[in-house]
Amino acid sequence: MARFENPVSILHPRVAAARRDFVSGRITRREMLFRASMAGAGAMTLAALGGLKVAAQGTPEGTPAATGEVGYSIQVPTDLRTDLGGTSIRAVLADAGNVDNDWHDAAIAKFTEATGIIVERVPGEQSATDRLQNYRQQFAAQSADLDVYQIDVIWPGIIAPFAVDLTEAVSATIGDYLPALVENNTVEGSLVAIPWYTDAGLLYHRTDLLEQYGLTVPTTWDELTTSAQTIQDGQLATNPNFIGFAWQGAAYEGLTCNGLEWQVSNGGGNIVEADGTISINNEQAIAAFERAAGWVNTITPQGVVNWQEVDTLNNFVAGNVAFARNWPYMFSASNAAASTVAGNVGVSVLPMGSGEGARNAATLGGWNMFVSTFSTKQEAAIEYTRFMASAGVQRSFAIEKSHTPTLVPVFDDPDVASAQPFISELRDVFTGGAVARPSTPTGENYAEVSAVYYQQLNAVLNGSTTAAEAVANMETDIDGIMSGL
Amino acid sequence: MTQPVIPVPPSAAVVNPVQRRNEDAPRASWAKARERLAWAMVAPSMVVVIVVALYPLAQTVYYSFTDARLTRADEAVWRGLDQYRFLWEDRNFRGAFVNTVQFTILSVLFETILGMATALLIFSNFAGRGLLRTAILVPWAIPTVVSSRLWQYMFTEPYGVFNDITQYRLPQLVDWIPGIGSSLAGIFPAPGDSIPFLTDPTLSLFSIIAVDVWKTTPFMALLLLAGLQTIPGDVYEASNIDGATKWQQFWQITLPLVRPALLVALIFRTMDSFRVFDVVYVMKQGSLDTQTLAIYAQQALINGDRLGRTSAVAVVIFLCIALMVVAYTRLVRVEENS
Repeated sequence: MARFENPVSILHPRVAAARRDFVSGRITRREMLFRASMAGAGAMTLAALGGLKVAAQGTPEGTPAATGEVGYSIQVPTDLRTDLGGTSIRAVLADAGNVDNDWHDAAIAKFTEATGIIVERVPGEQSATDRLQNYRQQFAAQSADLDVYQIDVIWPGIIAPFAVDLTEAVSATIGDYLPALVENNTVEGSLVAIPWYTDAGLLYHRTDLLEQYGLTVPTTWDELTTSAQTIQDGQLATNPNFIGFAWQGAAYEGLTCNGLEWQVSNGGGNIVEADGTISINNEQAIAAFERAAGWVNTITPQGVVNWQEVDTLNNFVAGNVAFARNWPYMFSASNAAASTVAGNVGVSVLPMGSGEGARNAATLGGWNMFVSTFSTKQEAAIEYTRFMASAGVQRSFAIEKSHTPTLVPVFDDPDVASAQPFISELRDVFTGGAVARPSTPTGENYAEVSAVYYQQLNAVLNGSTTAAEAVANMETDIDGIMSGL
Repeated sequence: MTQPVIPVPPSAAVVNPVQRRNEDAPRASWAKARERLAWAMVAPSMVVVIVVALYPLAQTVYYSFTDARLTRADEAVWRGLDQYRFLWEDRNFRGAFVNTVQFTILSVLFETILGMATALLIFSNFAGRGLLRTAILVPWAIPTVVSSRLWQYMFTEPYGVFNDITQYRLPQLVDWIPGIGSSLAGIFPAPGDSIPFLTDPTLSLFSIIAVDVWKTTPFMALLLLAGLQTIPGDVYEASNIDGATKWQQFWQITLPLVRPALLVALIFRTMDSFRVFDVVYVMKQGSLDTQTLAIYAQQALINGDRLGRTSAVAVVIFLCIALMVVAYTRLVRVEENS
């Protein structure tokens, strides 16, 4: 999932606080800049003194602390094996500073209590790119150090050669998992990872601003463009930094997610189709990219070509944004106490494009549980992945940590619906509408195909190339990548 | 060591074989023992060089002729010059090469000029010199990831401090000047009209070069200061008596005498800039408008798992740096000979 990318782009908390206070009118612009630069100067001095890790400060994803921290509602499945007691396995889960870690420890305690298997939680890298690099090194060294890995939804093709087939392990419940995810995780007939939690791109809007300007939630990109322009024109009078539409345009995996939504919603294909055809060079994809390039410097500042999720989040939470594209986590983050827009946040499906095959499209994200073939304790590792992906555990992860489940029955759970209403409201997006990135047809080459895509698309957005040229370049480069040299 | 082992010509052996052998025997064994000792003495360092430098280099060169993947390097297939042919035809590689050359030439040029100016400044005598000498090292002492991130904030639009200065502070400042103030203020960008330092593809590389110059000028200054301190003071005294101007002293005395230090500094900086990764990657990740050879190689390895291609890029970087070092050392030798 792309929002783990690049941990260092998080705003210094004092800078973010100063920005928030400025926007809400508590302090003047001059005061904001002064406070922000003081934070910078302080950080610089500390860094010079002791090489302090400045960049990684702050709450990584702004997710609020879970309610009811004392106990989690984790339910242990009844069909776990109990004959493997005493075996000790190591699992790479969330990163060291993640807000989910206390939940993980609680889950592990329950698992050990039920099975006797000891699990050591190994922190992973926060950036998905770094994490894949580490995993690849583990596999290159045929390492038995780690037994269970948390893997991104786009990696099955990359990690398939090192995966234990988990088809048997979840044979009883396989029908309950979202079919798109099972298909995504199946490589040459074997289930290389169990779907654990899922994500999809969503359109956020400010309910108060829509009401103020007499607008409705846009259903097409053109309508979004017009509405964003209207609100921005009106708001600029009081807020010179107001942004009509915020999204992710930096050259990284997140731009692939954004770009795929633009082109699929415009009937522009899936970059590489399921049969391996490279379909990117088509008129509807070009039109979708041209529409997005048209947003830059009109309803979105030029700075968007360097933006990741956290920049969208910071601007949205500061009250500077009318519409935004982001993952589900921004719903709870923007309704948290520290947010200036709490209570005024609406979520909907992303708009539709125009032309033949136009539809609503949301890029699929999420994480899965994987067991390495190099593991010497595969049986115990499989039990742990079965436990983590089971309904009773997913239910708790959704209620207490607002992660969207991968099991259809959990969507229908009344407790999930009352704790995280957006999960059931947008059920269709998660269960059927989400578009998988072409990681299955591109296999182990996916990361490189995606890099070509986001680099070329970034060049279209910053104006150094045209959309037509970019899709032609993508076609040539992807063809070269698939040739395998 | 070469002298003692003289091959015996057949004719000499015929003249007096026995006598000759008797004469040479003790000398030859003594020399052989010395040679053995010499080999034994250099062996540890040879082993270290072979293990840490030659072996990896040879391995890299070998992989560059194959289609090796990082996760299964043992399945590598020999592909001859295919990787190099690919690089030659790849527009992204060409772009990265041009960016790297641009980055190297401009940053080394400005670092050298500013470093020299700084070195001359802190070489002269004034109160607080010691403090200043320490203070100028701060940019070099901050970890690059941290300083790059801070510079990125400063470049950001619209909040960044540079955009604030150009849009708000400077116009306010010149506005106070009576008469022409208001027209002067007009040359600055209007409020809300930010300069896209890092996001405009024609500006971004230069913004990053500016950060690199800021960061490495102290390093240049420090090396040049060491060079300046080796110049004997009496040379300046003599030239003062001869009536030389400061300008003449700089060109005729300082610059020629500091040249060895300057060349060492240049070699270091050129090598470093040609391999630049951190400062660019932190501010722009893999954007094509600023991609350097090192980032290209990193992307090929991490995104692509392509050990063969990455090795080929590494070999290209190695050859370019080797060429530059040869050129620099040639330059020194020419100077010495003339």
